[in-house]
Amino acid sequence: MRTKACNYVSVDFPSRSSNEGFARTVAACFAAQLDPTLEEVNDIKTAVSEAVTNAIVHAYPDTIGKVSMKLRLYEDNSVEIVVRDWGVGIADVEQARQPMYTTGGEERAGMGFTIMESFMDKLRLRSTPGKGTTVTMRRCISRRAGGR
Amino acid sequence: MAVSCMSARRELTVALTGELDHHGAKQVMQELDKRMDWELPRRLSIDMGGVTFMDSSGIAVLLRAHRRMAQLQGSMTVSNVPPQALRVFQAAGLHRVIDFV
Repeated sequence: MRTKACNYVSVDFPSRSSNEGFARTVAACFAAQLDPTLEEVNDIKTAVSEAVTNAIVHAYPDTIGKVSMKLRLYEDNSVEIVVRDWGVGIADVEQARQPMYTTGGEERAGMGFTIMESFMDKLRLRSTPGKGTTVTMRRCISRRAGGR
Repeated sequence: MAVSCMSARRELTVALTGELDHHGAKQVMQELDKRMDWELPRRLSIDMGGVTFMDSSGIAVLLRAHRRMAQLQGSMTVSNVPPQALRVFQAAGLHRVIDFV
């Protein structure tokens, strides 16, 4: 059963690599409302870094474009993160999700989606060539004894 | 991202400090390439004790250095990997390729 969102935030930024750190810091600060452990915060930061880096490196290879990140907190103590771009898109999303697959040359390891899948509970990837890509990730935060 | 290098008798030691993401990895790769071209080390030691965050960009950095050391018929070790970076390496199965000490 899908629970109601109890808080949300939305940020747009240009696809500059200097915004990778900004995006994961925003995500970590927002998710902090769910009282996550340090490991949970680090997992969210890592997954966001991968999604945003993909948008910066692959969606806009020769130009600077817009990247949007939306975060929602749900009453079941989970956080949903949606990273969207309006770049070149992905022709074969199944191939893109394979470990070690990359079109980014030696600078990229091709492990971005593997890391996102490992560190988040759910991952959905939608893309249309020429129109852009949307990555939706969700992570449940454990409720701790004596918590909020 | 800060990269500091020390070398003696064709042993190159590299200490990384800061956030190793795509933005920082470009700088690390350039510095490592430059130092390895100059020193042609037999042994490369990478100290990651100062890394405060790392994503899969760090995997690409280590794999590139590892390939380069194989070309030079040398060895490479990686030490003091923080827990967050270790989770990334483990998710990627990098412990099967890289010698972590």
